[in-house]
Amino acid sequence: MNKIVDARGLSCPQPVIMTLDEIKTTQEDKILIMVDTDTAKENVCRAATAQGWAVAEIQPEDDGYRITIRKED
Amino acid sequence: MLQGLTQERDPNVLVGLDRSDDAGVYRLTGEIALIQTLDFFTPIVDSPYDFGRIAAANSLSDVYAMGGRPLTAMNIVCFPIKELDSAILHLILQGGLEIIGQAGAVLIGGHSVEDPEIKYGLSVTGTVHPKQCLTNAGARPGDLLVLTKPLGTGILATALKAGLLDQSTTAQITGLMAALNKDAAEAMVEIGVNACTDITGFGLLGHALEMAAASNVGLRLYPKKVPVIPEAKTYAAMGLVPAGSYTNQKFWTKDLQIGPGVEPILVDIMCDPQTSGGLLIAVPEEKAPSLIKKLVAKKVAAASIIGDVVAEPPGKIECR
Repeated sequence: MNKIVDARGLSCPQPVIMTLDEIKTTQEDKILIMVDTDTAKENVCRAATAQGWAVAEIQPEDDGYRITIRKED
Repeated sequence: MLQGLTQERDPNVLVGLDRSDDAGVYRLTGEIALIQTLDFFTPIVDSPYDFGRIAAANSLSDVYAMGGRPLTAMNIVCFPIKELDSAILHLILQGGLEIIGQAGAVLIGGHSVEDPEIKYGLSVTGTVHPKQCLTNAGARPGDLLVLTKPLGTGILATALKAGLLDQSTTAQITGLMAALNKDAAEAMVEIGVNACTDITGFGLLGHALEMAAASNVGLRLYPKKVPVIPEAKTYAAMGLVPAGSYTNQKFWTKDLQIGPGVEPILVDIMCDPQTSGGLLIAVPEEKAPSLIKKLVAKKVAAASIIGDVVAEPPGKIECR
């Protein structure tokens, strides 16, 4: 079961803070982050990469993006 | 925003609504022109006193960008007086007053309204000799471009909002944003320059593009020579880029040519909206060394030559 971070409706830096918190505390190696702006998408991908996680998938939705990030070995 | 709003022309309006410049300029006599500007915004740092200083320095900056001298200021205040301690407002106004004093101007009034969100700034009046008024329309091919403050305050303010910024970097950006452009303006007026604007919400590239369009010239920028607060790069890579930076980038992209060797993160930083940013000055090449010397002597430490002005293609910027 993947962890889900729902950051829709929130403006930056909130989605980044939530992503960083989840990366810090999760036991899982995959996190799904839901965002609804291009800014949040770009910033969340950068935040994950800077923490050594990989952006596995960005799925555009009607109301934003579902971003899957994966812990790198 | 002002499209469709028309008024009769007044020959004494030297800089008005039709120009994308920093302040309005109105000629009173052959010797004196009035500079008028106002700006106010929501808190960008936690300390009310520092917020007051920053907002005041930001408001006064437009007068300096026109080569003028601020004379009087009036407070613009929005404050939830029923919910928050009035001591907070007092600190904001105290910070503002300190900077007004540093500018050699006087506070002569103001207006406050009750508002759930704190906002503060100044309406500033200054003067300049009508023939010495600097605008963003005077850049000439061959000029060199000088920037007087390092970039990155938008990114670092976002990091501060996220609770990720350490105390010393917070103090550094607070000091930068509260620093008046007074010394830089005095230096450029003493040397004699061709054009000037201050870097605020549109970022370096946005305000430089306005200068290129207004002056009908092209600009070449050297991103590696642009002064940047070192921590801004780290936090931009961590995803703490304000929405305004992406918006700016998207908005200006058709007029920008970014060379293949330019680090993308530097483009983010050059589009980063600045609060109380530095002056971007176009100076004739032969005067550039003495301008830099004077700026450094006045402790405008970050002052750097970041590019030059070319004839073609007008209204565009090349970053190489």
